Amino acid sequence: MTAPHHQPLERRAVVKRLVASRRDLLVVAGLGSAAYDLFAAGDHPANFYLWGAMGGAAMIGLGLALAQPRRPVLVITGDGEQLMGFGSFATIGAQRPPNFSLAVIDNERYGETGMQRSHTALGTDLVAVAKACGFASAQEIKAEVELDAFAAHALRMTGPGFALIKVTPQNPPRVLPPRDGVHLKNRFRQVLGLDVN
Amino acid sequence: MSDTAPEQWKDAIYEALKDAKVRLVAYVPDAGHARVIERIHAEGDMKGVVLTTEEEGVAFCCGAWLGGERAVLLMQSSGVGNCVNMLSLVENCRFPLVALVTMRGEWAEFNQWQEPMGRATQGALELMGVKVMRAERPEDVGPMAAAGLESAFRSDQAVAVLLAQRLIGRKEWVK
Repeated sequence: MTAPHHQPLERRAVVKRLVASRRDLLVVAGLGSAAYDLFAAGDHPANFYLWGAMGGAAMIGLGLALAQPRRPVLVITGDGEQLMGFGSFATIGAQRPPNFSLAVIDNERYGETGMQRSHTALGTDLVAVAKACGFASAQEIKAEVELDAFAAHALRMTGPGFALIKVTPQNPPRVLPPRDGVHLKNRFRQVLGLDVN
Repeated sequence: MSDTAPEQWKDAIYEALKDAKVRLVAYVPDAGHARVIERIHAEGDMKGVVLTTEEEGVAFCCGAWLGGERAVLLMQSSGVGNCVNMLSLVENCRFPLVALVTMRGEWAEFNQWQEPMGRATQGALELMGVKVMRAERPEDVGPMAAAGLESAFRSDQAVAVLLAQRLIGRKEWVK
């Protein structure tokens, strides 16, 4: 008998599943495909989409997690974006916020620029990095069923949690979230009951 | 190496942060900020967050504001160069930003490797739309920090307060 084979994961279905039972989850999406995937899963005022600031998604999530300790925070980003913010693994590990989770949608490619191979295709093991930096949990995900457990874990706030979610290298049709940063900021703050200037 | 400057202006920074209800302080350490960082960790009014690189702090402060808290960034002038692209996040979303920057490469600098970024610090910030204030005298530091905090958190401005190397004093290098 061969080992049970699971279908390779597709990024858009992955992100949809991560936020399907979101409740009070606050979500930051890194630039490029991760932001398109999150928007395609359904817009929400507690989604903060990035269109630039490459390498900053996880640190925006850390600031948010420390400011909102009672709300679960999920950062969804690509392997290239997270590789540019490599040091943030150490900075987050030093703070260990229980309400912080990071999901890297790993297609091992720079999808926006022509699918060039990234470091995760060339030997970098981000699960080992997250573990070495002190994340409470870190796992590689290749099957759909594991996604639900990670999403539930994020809502339980026993982090910081990390998932490297391996997906097929494909570029689904672009679904573009709003690009006006002030609008995105203001609606996010409003849904938290905060003033907008 | 020891820091020979008097401590009053450093305490004035701490008090300005506390008065402005800053809760989170992200930093890459610098000798000029050492006392403020030490007090942050000792006194518990604010949480100190050590960074691996300064651009992390720009993103961090934006995330904190998204969640309703006031955060500031402490660094030395060499770190400003590390922040440049991340400052586009601040401008695009009109996030408040307060960076307190200790200057190197401008006054009795021992290490010439600090000179290029020291000369470029103010220009780099201004090119990216950050308003720059510069404190030359110890008595200016507290009021200038308070003014920067006010315009950032009250009216969504991005502000850097440069703390002149002359304030910090000569580094005494001991072999």
